[in-house]
Amino acid sequence: MARKEIAPGIGRLSRSQVYARRQLYKGRKTGTAPAKPETAPTKEVQINGTKNGGTRLIPTSKAPRFYPAEDVRKPKQSRKTAKPTKLRDSITPGTVLILLAGRFRGKRVVFLKQLDSGLLLVTGPFKINGVPLRRVNQAYVIGTSTKIDLGDLKIDAKISDAYFVKSEKKRTRSAEEEFFADGKLKEKDPFPETKAADQREVDKAVLSVVKKTEYLAKYLKASWGLSKGEYPHQLVF
Amino acid sequence: MPQESNFTRFVEVGRVVLLKAGPHAGHIAVIAEIIDHNRAIIDGPTTGVPRQAFPYRHLTLTPLAVPKLPRSAGSGVVKKYVEKSGIVAKWESTSWAKTRAAAEKRRALTDFERFQVLILKKSRRDKVRKVLKAAKA
Repeated sequence: MARKEIAPGIGRLSRSQVYARRQLYKGRKTGTAPAKPETAPTKEVQINGTKNGGTRLIPTSKAPRFYPAEDVRKPKQSRKTAKPTKLRDSITPGTVLILLAGRFRGKRVVFLKQLDSGLLLVTGPFKINGVPLRRVNQAYVIGTSTKIDLGDLKIDAKISDAYFVKSEKKRTRSAEEEFFADGKLKEKDPFPETKAADQREVDKAVLSVVKKTEYLAKYLKASWGLSKGEYPHQLVF
Repeated sequence: MPQESNFTRFVEVGRVVLLKAGPHAGHIAVIAEIIDHNRAIIDGPTTGVPRQAFPYRHLTLTPLAVPKLPRSAGSGVVKKYVEKSGIVAKWESTSWAKTRAAAEKRRALTDFERFQVLILKKSRRDKVRKVLKAAKA
């Protein structure tokens, strides 16, 4: 086989080629490999011949006859570390953002805080425009100059990146099984009551401030869009 | 006797011009002296435009002119004539200047302010329509 590395730390195959060859698309392997039966380091062997002592203790696996002439290549240690995502200057807690991608694109939402992953925690508020507590990437967001004074709003520490991770669902074998049970439409799982309560609690504080400014609730409810002759790079937000 | 021209705006000393380019684009100034068929010396002592040579292709002639401005007048004299004729106020009262000012204002609005304008315009339209309908009936 050809050399695995063309230079220390530089593989012959690209990341995606390795992915394909190792068949990683099949998903991560689960379960553990069966434990190998333990072998004794030495074994006793019968030796023929009268002057040879009868039995002898020899190692089960022979030591190599040759040692590699070259040193084993050590993979190059990367000293690069990912920097924490820098929050855009225009985005501060309480800033009204315009979402540009995803299911809520065009919605105006309120920014609450930046999570450890660098994603932005936003809320509609849900009662106004139907956008729940949600994580968004700041690349897909326009920060407006409109700011809502949230004061020293404390957001519960449990609302972190882990809060948004979906629980692993058991896969159903067919699409039909997923939605139908004995010929009838399956009932959807209800939205977890704890999450609904969290949403209400966060929104309560935001809504009380939103109410103070005229048209602000209407503004958040309205969708954003470009009309003829409007270019985002020429607009002031 | 030569036939009278069909044109009304001329490049002449005292002509009020609107700058289309450069750091003072959008401001008005007065032609103080004509250099050649490409450039003139313009001056706007009350509009923040320093005295400078300016190409005609980067300015627009307005219908206004400062009357009897002497040729090649210095900044001080231009200022006196501009103030005496009240030309800046005249310019600001033209619909041209008003449209420009409105467009500029609109451009500087933030997203929320644009939205407020939208709502207010809507309510004005609604009121007008209702009053009109009542008057017609």
